[in-house]
Amino acid sequence: MLVAQDLTKDYPSGAQRLTVLRDVNFEIPQGAFVSIVGPSGSGKTTLLGLLAGLDTPSRGTVTLDGTDLGRLDEDQRAALRGEKVGFVFQSFQLIPTLTAIENVQVPLELRGLVSVSQAAAQSRELLTRVGLGDRLHHFPQQLSGGEQQRVALARAFVNTPRILFADEPTGNLDETTGANIVQLMEALNRESGCTVVLVTHDSALAARTQRTIRLRDGAVVEDVHHREA
Amino acid sequence: MTVQGLLRLAWKESRTARRRLALYMSSIALGVTALVAIDSFADNVTGSIREQSRTLLGGDLALETRAAYPASVDSLLDSLGRTGIKSARVTNLASMALADGTGGTRLVQMRAVTNGYPFYGSIETQPLEAWARLQNEAVVLVDASLLTALDTRVGDSLKLGDKKFQIAGTLGNVPGDAAITSVIGPRVYVAYKWLPAMGLLRFGSRADYDVVLQLPPNKAGTSEAAALAKSLRRRLDPRSAEREEREARQGQPSRAQAQADQAEEDSVLSAAIKTADSSQLTKTPVARIRVRTVQETERDLTETVSRLANFLSIIGLVALLLGGIGVASGVNAFVAAKIDTVAMLRCLGATSRQVLALYVIQAAAMGLVGATAGAALGVLVQYGFPKIVGDFLPLDVRVAVEVRPLLIGLTTGVWVSLVFAMRPLLALRRISPLQALRRNTDSAAVPRQWNDPLRIVVDLLLVASIVAITAIRMGTLRQGLWVSAAIAGAGIILYVAASLLIALAKRIVRPSWAFALRQGIANLHRPANQTRAVTLALGFGAFLLSTVFLVQSNQLKRIQLTESTSPGNLLFYDVQDNQAAPLDSLIRSNGIVARQQTAIITMRLQSINGRTTQQLQTDTAAHRAGWSLRREYRSTYRDSMMTSEKLTAGSWFADSATRASSRNANPELPYAISMEEGLAKDMKVSLNDTLVWNVQGVEVRTVLTSLRTVNWARFEPNFFVVFEPAALRHAPQQFVFVANVSSAATIAVIQRDAVRRFPNVSSLDLTLVRNTIGSIVSRVTLAVRFLGAFALAMGIPVLFSAVAATRRARIREGVLLRTLGASRAQVARILLAEYGALGALGALTGMVLALGGAWGLTHFVFKDTFDPAILPTFAIAGGMLLLTMLIGFITSRDVYRETPMAAIRES
Repeated sequence: MLVAQDLTKDYPSGAQRLTVLRDVNFEIPQGAFVSIVGPSGSGKTTLLGLLAGLDTPSRGTVTLDGTDLGRLDEDQRAALRGEKVGFVFQSFQLIPTLTAIENVQVPLELRGLVSVSQAAAQSRELLTRVGLGDRLHHFPQQLSGGEQQRVALARAFVNTPRILFADEPTGNLDETTGANIVQLMEALNRESGCTVVLVTHDSALAARTQRTIRLRDGAVVEDVHHREA
Repeated sequence: MTVQGLLRLAWKESRTARRRLALYMSSIALGVTALVAIDSFADNVTGSIREQSRTLLGGDLALETRAAYPASVDSLLDSLGRTGIKSARVTNLASMALADGTGGTRLVQMRAVTNGYPFYGSIETQPLEAWARLQNEAVVLVDASLLTALDTRVGDSLKLGDKKFQIAGTLGNVPGDAAITSVIGPRVYVAYKWLPAMGLLRFGSRADYDVVLQLPPNKAGTSEAAALAKSLRRRLDPRSAEREEREARQGQPSRAQAQADQAEEDSVLSAAIKTADSSQLTKTPVARIRVRTVQETERDLTETVSRLANFLSIIGLVALLLGGIGVASGVNAFVAAKIDTVAMLRCLGATSRQVLALYVIQAAAMGLVGATAGAALGVLVQYGFPKIVGDFLPLDVRVAVEVRPLLIGLTTGVWVSLVFAMRPLLALRRISPLQALRRNTDSAAVPRQWNDPLRIVVDLLLVASIVAITAIRMGTLRQGLWVSAAIAGAGIILYVAASLLIALAKRIVRPSWAFALRQGIANLHRPANQTRAVTLALGFGAFLLSTVFLVQSNQLKRIQLTESTSPGNLLFYDVQDNQAAPLDSLIRSNGIVARQQTAIITMRLQSINGRTTQQLQTDTAAHRAGWSLRREYRSTYRDSMMTSEKLTAGSWFADSATRASSRNANPELPYAISMEEGLAKDMKVSLNDTLVWNVQGVEVRTVLTSLRTVNWARFEPNFFVVFEPAALRHAPQQFVFVANVSSAATIAVIQRDAVRRFPNVSSLDLTLVRNTIGSIVSRVTLAVRFLGAFALAMGIPVLFSAVAATRRARIREGVLLRTLGASRAQVARILLAEYGALGALGALTGMVLALGGAWGLTHFVFKDTFDPAILPTFAIAGGMLLLTMLIGFITSRDVYRETPMAAIRES
């Protein structure tokens, strides 16, 4: 489903180049729930950005559902994201000027495959599913952190993505709220069969996933399978 | 924290934001540019007027009149000459010039001057010695444009009236004449002594008769000139003298003092008066003789310059206020970017007062930078002004850097930027240190309370500053209040329009619309929208630009001649009674029939309803316009109305048979007249009033039977007063002929033959006039375009600032949309919809305001009818719309430049 091959990323730093990812290789099958862990500065978020096509590697390839992302331009990658990828971020990344339901509708409307009323119906259903049926028309600033992350989850799943990328999804939440979010992600993973790639510091959370890839200084130092998908 | 500590922290803290803050503060720069440029150039012009005032008049004082001087004045001038006061005569008249060699003709402005003129300054000629030949030989000096027009050269022969002259050289700079004068009509200088030989001054000829006086070197002070002017005025222009004395009495000098002053003033003249015939001098002259001093010339010119500078100041003022709005919008964005820093400073123990002081110091410093940049640019523009308006000024302007306008510009700029910046900066006090722990959205993190006492104080200070600056610029508090109210009115209308758009955007969006359009339109009402800021900035810009354009095009339309504005294209005037029939035959011999032959009879008003004009002039309570009682009228008689006239009251003359029978029954019956309604208003007369006219010594009793409007823009003889034919048929008269001649060659032949046979008759080829006006219009247009470009230029940084206020939010949204799968084209379409709607609203509201503003200016200031140029105004609105979209795209370009990854890391 997702293949990283010789993935390397470096940045100019003064006169030299700073390598933040070095020759990363792995494969993630469809439906897997995988965590990427590592200390700060190990290259977790960089790897996530490359895997999701948000950034381009200095070297190496990412193949997502059979498509080599390196062969796509920015707009083609955006279209692929719209079709097959969902995101959840640590800081929620909701559009502050849109209400909860409007935020969830955005990916559907961007693709334009369903009517506005259908998009609204699907969004309402998903928001109800994540327990926000009574907060549809609230703006992000009127919602708590947990509620905002649930809106972000609903937005991520509204397009029935083939893969969900989550960057420290519980990093800004208290323990209970974080646990609820993870449960929701697991349930949605089970129900929809989509692949989940999770970046986290939280070892307890990583332990709940099927497989953990550990990074240090930009290289994969461990790839542990906890249980089968 | 000490002040020094605060300054140090302000300096250090500004490191990352100096460029951005300077950019916002640069909004004020163009306002300061306008103020400095306008004030400096006005100072330059008035300084040059002061330096060159004697040169401008050509002497220490001058007499001006419209009719030949009576013998008594000639005698007085001779007597003055014997006391050491020199005089020179300058007679100005329009005449036809005929190039003998090529047969070309051209209407010229002829100036016949006596020896000694000008007493101060000199008239530049090419070759240099040509001026010296003027008085000794039968030569003329002409504008180079005349040589081109007549296809002739220096040394060729030129016929003026009945006299042939040799062209001795061309004219260069003539003190007191604007360069544009030669475009209006080429000038020809000739010696005064040739006037009789030319035979141009005949019955009814229009000419200006000036006499320039030079006091002896030991008495050439301003007080001596003023005393002589007063004394001369008492004798030659008693009405002005009386008014002057009345005004002086209001200053309450004692009667004894007034008498002593008068005796002193007269002492200058005493020697001359003794020899002149004093009794003759007290008689009312044929036409009013005005006495003008150097100081009056200087004062009049300075007043004109001040009025122009005041008018231009309004543009500078609006530029400044627009700049203020730009600063406020920009600082708003700056405040949003500083939330984290302020929250952290508060966590570290900074008080809200210290935080405010920190950023006020930064804003003031950057305001000074913006104002300084504006002042420097203003000086550059000041040096460019002479190239744009120099042709319209009657003097050489010495351009130099003036300290006063620089200081005023800098102070005003810094103050306005600070007052406008204070409003958003106040919000920094309310940023909670909690924001460092849990960050809200920008708008939630910077709470604004309407009842914040400090904010109310700043608002009041803002209003007071606007009124004070406007009042100082306009000269009076009343005008300051009016202009402030007008600006506030425009601001309120724009604000209301933006609020309506917000309300409309909430309701109008339909699910059936495309996603990008829905998002773009919805952005207009969503939280943290930029609708009001952009509409205000853009609307003001569009308002100003369109107003300048509309007023300009309306004025130009009035003077542009088209085929329909005249029944013909060839005019002959000053045609004497005995020349009418032969001229008519001459025109007919070329296969052309004159379309109009209009009689002109000169006359003066003698009385209204039994009260003489002298009595009426002393009756100040009636508020009659003095000019309407004093002027020499050039009237006509006819049976019917012209197409350029419209009856507004009363009825036109009855048919000739009815009038004849009424007159037979009552020979004392006054003759009917029709009057232009504006004149009737100024003269305070109404239907059935009786007016007696002095028609060259004969009293003609008339009754006002109708009022009419006249389209003065039509290029044909138009009249204030039209008489029924029986009243004037036998009076001495001259004629104006209007013919329509299609071929330029035929026009040239008719003009040449007419000038040869009737040298005193002037003829005007309207095609040439049209070209001349076109040439003047293009120069005026250049000046106006400069203003328009300036208005547009000052809108740009303000729009940038207005858009910048929400830039961060827009970029973040755009990047998020791209992360979620939006293509660049989709993001671009959303921006297009939002900025398109904003641009359309701002530009259209500005256009509507401009239509109102231009109507007001045309109606109340120019006292003209308003005929708006709608299509070009829409074009301006379209241009502003495109500009808004362009600026929107430019400021949002980071949406495309930044990778979603970078934006997400930043968050």
